Amino acid sequence: MNRAHPYLPNSVPEIKEKMLEDIGVTTIDDLYVNVPEKLRFKGELKVPGPYTELEVKKLVSDTLEKNTHLKCAPFLGGGVWPHYVPSVVDEVVHRAEFLTSYTPYQPEISQGMLQSIFEYQSLICELVDMAVANASMYDWSSALGESALLASRLNHKETILVPSFISPARLAVLKTYTGPAGLKIEKVNHNPESGMMDLEDLKAKVDDETAAVYVETPSYLGFAEENVQAIGEITHEKKALYITGVDPISLGLLSTPGSYGADVVVGEGQPLGNHMSFGGPLLGIFACNHDNAIIRQMPGRIIGVTEAIADKRRAFVMTLQTREQHIRREKATSNICSNEALCSVASATYLSLLGPNGLKDLAETCTSRAHYAIRRINELESVKTPVFNSYHFKEFTVKYSKKKAADVNKVLLSNGYQGGKPLRGEFPELGESALFCITEMHTKKDIDGMVATLKEATQ
Amino acid sequence: MTVRKFKQADWEEPLVFELSHEGRYGFHPPEAEEEIRDEINVEWLVPQNIARETPPGLPEISEMEVLRHYIHLSQMNYGVNSGLIYPLGSCTMKYNPIINEVLAGHPSLTEAHPDQDPSTVQGVLEFLYKLKQGYLSVTGMDDATLQPAAGAHGEWTGIMLIRAYHIDRGEGTKRTEIIVPDSAHGTNPASAAMGGFKIVEVPSTPEGTVNLEALKAVVGPQTAGLMLTNPNTLGIFDHQIAEIAEIVHKAGGLMYYDGANLNAIMGKCRPGDMGFDVVHVNLHKTFSTPHGGGGPGSGPVGCKSILAKYLPVPDIIYEDGKYALSYDKPKSIGKVHGYYGNVNVMLKAYAYMITMGPQGLKEASELSVLNANYIARKLMNTKGLSLPFAPEKPRMHEAVLSAEKLSIDTGVRALNVAKNLLDSGQHASTIYFPLIVHEALMVEPTETEPIEALDDFIEVVKKTCELAYTNPAEALKAPVNTVVGKLDEAKAAHPKTICLSWRKLCQLVAE
Repeated sequence: MNRAHPYLPNSVPEIKEKMLEDIGVTTIDDLYVNVPEKLRFKGELKVPGPYTELEVKKLVSDTLEKNTHLKCAPFLGGGVWPHYVPSVVDEVVHRAEFLTSYTPYQPEISQGMLQSIFEYQSLICELVDMAVANASMYDWSSALGESALLASRLNHKETILVPSFISPARLAVLKTYTGPAGLKIEKVNHNPESGMMDLEDLKAKVDDETAAVYVETPSYLGFAEENVQAIGEITHEKKALYITGVDPISLGLLSTPGSYGADVVVGEGQPLGNHMSFGGPLLGIFACNHDNAIIRQMPGRIIGVTEAIADKRRAFVMTLQTREQHIRREKATSNICSNEALCSVASATYLSLLGPNGLKDLAETCTSRAHYAIRRINELESVKTPVFNSYHFKEFTVKYSKKKAADVNKVLLSNGYQGGKPLRGEFPELGESALFCITEMHTKKDIDGMVATLKEATQ
Repeated sequence: MTVRKFKQADWEEPLVFELSHEGRYGFHPPEAEEEIRDEINVEWLVPQNIARETPPGLPEISEMEVLRHYIHLSQMNYGVNSGLIYPLGSCTMKYNPIINEVLAGHPSLTEAHPDQDPSTVQGVLEFLYKLKQGYLSVTGMDDATLQPAAGAHGEWTGIMLIRAYHIDRGEGTKRTEIIVPDSAHGTNPASAAMGGFKIVEVPSTPEGTVNLEALKAVVGPQTAGLMLTNPNTLGIFDHQIAEIAEIVHKAGGLMYYDGANLNAIMGKCRPGDMGFDVVHVNLHKTFSTPHGGGGPGSGPVGCKSILAKYLPVPDIIYEDGKYALSYDKPKSIGKVHGYYGNVNVMLKAYAYMITMGPQGLKEASELSVLNANYIARKLMNTKGLSLPFAPEKPRMHEAVLSAEKLSIDTGVRALNVAKNLLDSGQHASTIYFPLIVHEALMVEPTETEPIEALDDFIEVVKKTCELAYTNPAEALKAPVNTVVGKLDEAKAAHPKTICLSWRKLCQLVAE
């Protein structure tokens, strides 16, 4: 059948002919005259299809359903976490006016998106207790990379100090981002008991060449860094920038980067109303204090308040655009153009739904259940959790003395549980350990069931 | 003209903070079970020195109020699926198919954690693998990474591959320059600069193509590569592309293809066959995924075999009947994203790709070119407008008109034409880009717009030009049918009045 494709209204032959005639050519290929003959593609693209919507729906669903159906949410965190996405959030981000709009370059017709992003920025400022947040970065990792470049642009120094248990993925991205600028990334040792940053080692390493000190709390391994205040003081003594990385859910309970003197805050906004989707899209949080020099060096889009010229009505626009690539080209503070705008709308909706009390309730549920799991797991023989003696928020390390972490996971998986991430590859010094995560998605029943299987798997 | 009347919804919607009433909840997270609460006391858990002292200043609003608030705001916004033609040049605002959204919401995808055992995510890995295969065929490349989260992210990734290639050959310190034509997207020079390169700009010829003599004059042993969009931002296919590639390659440089304009050429010609070594493609343009008000996008990068060993890790492989992630790439540039990129966006692109099939993709490109030329021909002789750079040449998927004469004759600028378009319920074209066209109106209608929509667009532009000559004051009034009229952009950036957050706004009001 030769039918006009539902997405191609002008593929109707009479329309096509009329348009060609109006243009003054006879065939479509006349419009491709500038493509040299020898460069024209003569074959057929190796792409499946075409399929009708019905067929696509079945084919793609069948493919996706090859994924294993787990008994409960995976016990995984580390940078993406299983959290519930309220239905209202999904409803909002599916609104065609948001979903199918472009970057709000025409502010008069895009006030809805501009105000939503302004609200996102404002809500993040409240959450992390900072003066300014940008409209978003790609993810925590890229936000970290950009924050290191910002520090170096600002103070013309070249070393970035990071914790020894920094997320290996974030470290890898940080290195890619900072490689061309020639920045040096150096790890600060940890206290062998608590896992936290060794302050003496930090004092020894931070010097006049230090552009920034970066700390994650909770750390990649789940423990909260208790010396955040002291680290900030040591950092500032040497006029380096203090960058902290956060899981925003933890801020329902833990002290804010603003309260301990952070200059720049990065983090992952995925848990704030965005699905895991196998790791993307994510939402890079990027916020800074009120220092004008830092604000002017911020990467990415920023929405600000202004007013309509005629009636002075409050309105919103993209501002400080002279930092950006479309104006400044190679002198821009970053090359970022498309960001994760819709994910920030999701997070604005999410934070508005939860409010201060909902966020605290959520953080309490996560940490209570995590500690319940820690207790039950510690009752097992040949298992120790957590490896470090510190307060852990919702993630924790589990160390096996008899079995390999990968083998333990196999047994868990055969019972429908996705266990924690084996850590031997990333941190060999932790031996046969795994990083577990518990959130509001894991009920007591889920935890009990998993621990019962873990008992079987570790003996 | 199709009879439609536009007046954008306007709720004068308060800020979400202004809706707050103490004690309200919009969502209840589950509480820990009673047995857990009896056993675990949160107050004892969190060390006092790092406990949050004051709750965050988030608003307290009921569920329905939050929903209404954001629905009101959505109604004060404009999307391609809810509006009319959205002819933003370089942005490829085509229809975003609903089926793709439905499939992207499948729980097998949305609830998959990136660190799950590969055996549990075979479905996701399979479609990613197949998307990559299709991508390689469309671009004519040998290998690819899906990791970059956006177009500019892809550009920078590609530049990092070029950098790794030269370093690996011992020429890293020598090859310090990336050549960029003056018509390039702003992201090109910005991405190359982030890759540590110096930017060398080459001018365009009066035909809108790369000036070969100027190119020859700047290439040399210091050349790392050239970044090019073809068709370029004027919508013109550079017929000298093979010679350009030869000049750059002879000098030892590599060719980078900015795939922002790929929508013109799917199945017609391929970057790989034109002599390009590395490309990125914007799935949120050519492959129909929605732009979400600025993102998330997805910018996969393809390359020729000489660059494959530098691609980011991990790679998705198919071995012994199973899909897996491979980190075995010792010369890799590392990682550019925390995980594997914007997988949810990729699913939409995959669904689009197989909906269209090989013939459908080709037809989509052909019709995008037909639509752009239709508009260009019908508007180029309108009084006040012109089609600069070789007006006799056909355009590809987009055309850049100039309102320079209109502006000089009447004072009505490209900006005002854009605002009149908004008032008609259509979206504006891109304006003031590319920089080499004065008073530019960069029009990319895409293939999903029917001829009726093109005619409506043409009519509004023509009427605006006529109005400019007869009653310019009237033409300068727009927009009046949008939520707000012209805004004071200087105030937004002024040090005394700058306000980037609710807390600052409260402070300014208090003063």
